[in-house]
Formats: sequence, C-alpha cells, structure tokens
Amino acid sequence: MEHYLNLAIKAIFVENLALAFFLGMCSFLACSKKVNTALGLGAAVIFVQSVTVPINNLIYNRLLNEGALSWISPQLAGQDLSFLGFLCYIGTIAAMVQIVEMTLDRFFPALYAALGVFLPLIAVNCAILGGSLFMVERTYTLTESAVFGLGSGIGWAMAIVALASIRERLHYSNIPMSLRGLGMTFVLSGLMAIGFMAFGGIQL
Amino acid sequence: MSAAYRKTLLDPLFESNPIALQVLGICSALAVTSKMETALVMCVAVICVLALSNVSISLLRNFIPGNVRIIVQLTIIASLVIITDQVLKAYVYEISKQLSVFVGLIITNCIIMGRAEAYAMQNGPLDSLLDGLGNGLGYSTVLMLTAFFREVLAQGTVFGHVVLPKVSDGGWYNPNGILGIPAGAFFLIGFFIWALRVWKTDQIEAEG
Repeated sequence: MEHYLNLAIKAIFVENLALAFFLGMCSFLACSKKVNTALGLGAAVIFVQSVTVPINNLIYNRLLNEGALSWISPQLAGQDLSFLGFLCYIGTIAAMVQIVEMTLDRFFPALYAALGVFLPLIAVNCAILGGSLFMVERTYTLTESAVFGLGSGIGWAMAIVALASIRERLHYSNIPMSLRGLGMTFVLSGLMAIGFMAFGGIQL
Repeated sequence: MSAAYRKTLLDPLFESNPIALQVLGICSALAVTSKMETALVMCVAVICVLALSNVSISLLRNFIPGNVRIIVQLTIIASLVIITDQVLKAYVYEISKQLSVFVGLIITNCIIMGRAEAYAMQNGPLDSLLDGLGNGLGYSTVLMLTAFFREVLAQGTVFGHVVLPKVSDGGWYNPNGILGIPAGAFFLIGFFIWALRVWKTDQIEAEG
C-alpha cells in the first residue's frame, strides 16, 4: 500500500508531467487564460489519463512485449511486436477519447457541455501519450500503472489550474507590451517549475 | 525558386514561427534542449516526419473522408514516427536513449497535426513539402538557439566541446545551473518570444 502511495505522490508532485517533463504544454499554455476552462480540461485529462494508462499497460504486456503472445499459443512466444507500440497507444487513446465523449454526451450532458471542445483535443495532448510511454519505459505493473495514470493526471490538472489562477491576476500588472501574452506565460511557467523543484528533495 | 515557394519555405522562420506565434510543438522544445546534440537529432527527426507527413497527407487529401480524418492523419504520422524511431535506435542508440519518450511524442507534437490539418489538407504535395520543411526549420531555429544558450551557460560546452572552462575543472567560468534545469528553458523561450516581438511588433497579442 505504501508503495502505491509513494508512486502517486511522486507522479503528482515530484515528477509533475507539466512542470518537470513539459508534457501537454500546448494546451497548458493555450487553455490557461481562465480558471473555469482550466478546471474542465484538467478534469477531462485526469479521467482519460487514468483510463488509458492501464489499458495501454494491458496491450503492452498481453499483446506487444516480447513473449507476450505466448498465452495464445507457445509458437508465438518468440514474437516481439513492441515496435508497433506507438500506433497501438495512439489508437487506444483516440478510441478512448471517442468513447468517453459519447458516454458523457449520453449520460452526463451537463458535464459534456462544460468540457466542450477540450475532449477531442485531449487525443493529441502529449501528456496522455507521454503517460503511456513512461509506463512502458518504467515497466509498471497493472496496478502501478493505474495509480501512475491517476496521479499524473491530477498533477497536470493541478498545474494548469494554478497557472490559470495566476494569469487571471496578471490583468492588474503592468507588463512590457512585447512580453504580454505568450512570453509572460512562459516566464510564469518557469517560475512555477522552480517552485515545484522544491518537491524534488522528498525522499520516498 | 519562385517568390511564392520562397515565402512558403521561409515565412515560418520568423514571420509565423510555429513555437513563438502559433504555439505549436512546445513540449519537446523545452524537454530536449539541455544539450545541443540531442536537440539536433530531435530537429532532424521532426523535420523528416513533418515533411513526409505533409507530403503523404497532401497526396491522400482527396481520398480521406472528412469525419475520420484525425484517425487517418494520426495513423500516417504514427507510422512515420515508428520508422524514425527504429532508424534512430539503429544508428544513434545512445542519443535515442537520452531522448527517451520524446521521439514517440513527435506523434502528438502539435506542429505535425497542426500543419497537416491547416495546410496539407488544402494544398498540393510540393507546396506541402515546402511548408513542412519551413515549419520544421522554424521549430529547429528556436530549438537550436535554446539548446545553444542552455548548454554553453550551464555546462560551458558547445556540442560537448569545452568553450568556457569551468571552475571545477580548473578554469574560470562559474556555471549557471538554473539553465540546466527545466525552468531555464521556459525563461529562455519566454525571452526569445519577447525579443522577437520587440523586433516584429505586429505579433504582439491584444490585451485579453
């Protein structure tokens, strides 16, 4: 149990996808003008991330990894299909996003309307694909990957909400004309990344 | 080369730079720039994938049904990235290990999807090739500049060759550690955008 708790804290704070690995930066910078949109996008990312990482873990360990096909027949034990990984992960992600979108539309129309355009955007959010690729690189088990998916999603959502809150306050500050907008957002994210480095010293 | 082609090729360098103005492909720009060597490999990989995906999508643009185009584009891009990844693993294994997941993330690099959607779906193969190369070069400009400053100021080296001897090695240069860590890349790109917009004032964003 403690092991999983450590993993979750590590995924949320120490190895924050947005501020330590720069994943999902495009939407991180583009959709952080208002706290409300940031909250919606964050919620959608948490959801999709915690579903796709475990599913991709199953695909990798049951279909693609070397020897993974041996459960079908012993003759296939020598097959290594891991080079097809990228294609399968992105397919899973696109399909999952589609399913999530249809489910929300059918059963939770209010939430669906709130998330709006962000759901399809998530399919090309690198934080989601990055989560799956880190899962493969670090050879997580199924449970570990579920915890990692949830944790990294929460970490990303937290980062974008924090950035959006700061950006809303920026209206009151006098920034040089050329630095306004994107330039200032970069500098802000840099300062936040330094803040998050404080978690780096945590021994787990 | 006609003026129109030159415009397609060279505009993305500064006029409509993918990173500084279109906000595309930022993740990898920040993550692989702590060393010039990795940044260079990443640039070459992105230029190849971007040019090839633009050409293939442009050739297929009349056969792709509108409502499944995202999946088709993703499949084409993912296949090209798989090829790139295998080539990198075969010839520059050490660097491909350092790039870790970021080669795979070229798939979701918004530059590729963005240019496919915004340009290759409407234009012929030759124009799309030039657009792909141009945007790839615009991306590479920012990447290499960032990587140059990060490596030279944080480690005193350029492509691994010592130019500023560090104090710890008996030299005089006291390395600036903040540029070696992720946050440094944010500051550098932020200041790069600032400088670019001082030069090209029409890129300044309206107060919003």
